[in-house]
Amino acid sequence: MSVNMVEAPEGYEGSGFFATSLDKVIGLARSHSLWPLPFATSCCGIEFMASMASHYDISRFGSERPSFSPRQADLLMVMGTIAKKMGPVVKQVYLQMAEPRWVIAVGACASSGGVFDTYSVLQGIDRIIPVDVYVPGCPPRPEQILDGLMQIRDIARDEPIRRRESEEYKSLLRSYNILEK
Amino acid sequence: MIRNQEIVEEIVGQFGEKVFAFEEPYGMLTFCAETSQLVNVVRFLKEHKTFKFAFLTDVTAVHYPDEKDKEICSVCHLHSWENGVRVRIKVYAPIGQPDVPSLTGLFESANWLEREAFDFFGVNYLNHPDLRRILNMDEMDYHPLRKEYPLEDGTRNDKIDALFGR
Repeated sequence: MSVNMVEAPEGYEGSGFFATSLDKVIGLARSHSLWPLPFATSCCGIEFMASMASHYDISRFGSERPSFSPRQADLLMVMGTIAKKMGPVVKQVYLQMAEPRWVIAVGACASSGGVFDTYSVLQGIDRIIPVDVYVPGCPPRPEQILDGLMQIRDIARDEPIRRRESEEYKSLLRSYNILEK
Repeated sequence: MIRNQEIVEEIVGQFGEKVFAFEEPYGMLTFCAETSQLVNVVRFLKEHKTFKFAFLTDVTAVHYPDEKDKEICSVCHLHSWENGVRVRIKVYAPIGQPDVPSLTGLFESANWLEREAFDFFGVNYLNHPDLRRILNMDEMDYHPLRKEYPLEDGTRNDKIDALFGR
């Protein structure tokens, strides 16, 4: 069995040492071990189950272990219609995740409410939590969900290590009433 | 086999003018009762020695915005297991004071059904032990299936007319 190794980031190499920036090393490590928390409420969740299973196999990308506890999860995958009554639950799960945390909204319902333009449905989860990647589709195919994961990997790999301490990020969280003013 | 006609004769004999508007849509006996008499009518049907309408199938409501002082209609369905017969009973209440007697004293199952009708139509079931929302979120401040409210969510902002060719 052949094992593929990731390529080393840019840096200086010499006899017995390799020097690069901490950002790149951390980003490399994070982007290859994103543990997703599947928050599946409807048909997009079924597509995710296919993505998780052997045929599409999300574990090829370091997401071997879907974390059903928010405390060990890096990536919240919201898949399916979120009713307004479910909104506080999604938010609480997000709050229980440790930084750094990323969010994918999978499918039309999680992204915008989809066909459910009705009084009982949240019109997109970005009304309550910040979203990094939106996957379109109703429901999206597993390939599209994996493509969303690829985009999250790129975001995680290129993220500056101090981003979560930045004023810009904090003001984003404040706009969602997640951090205190 | 009990015919609808026998049921009508029994309840008219018992309640007279207080039950009215008998009809048989798709063969199912349907009638209206005076709102104050609802519990008595249902108890009569439940405890009747041959009818035995011992199962409350459904409680729901309808909003008729154009019917003055009869805007809110509360409907209950009863089923007689032994006779294989169903009836539908309607009572009306004005929207300003949508008070309807609760059937929870006769059927425990009325509890959640009436909470649902309250949630969506604002029917105020008198003597209900726990009349609060059941399906919608607690913070909701209106009864969404009343006709004056739009079905769509008012906060939707991606339905731009230009994109939909309007």
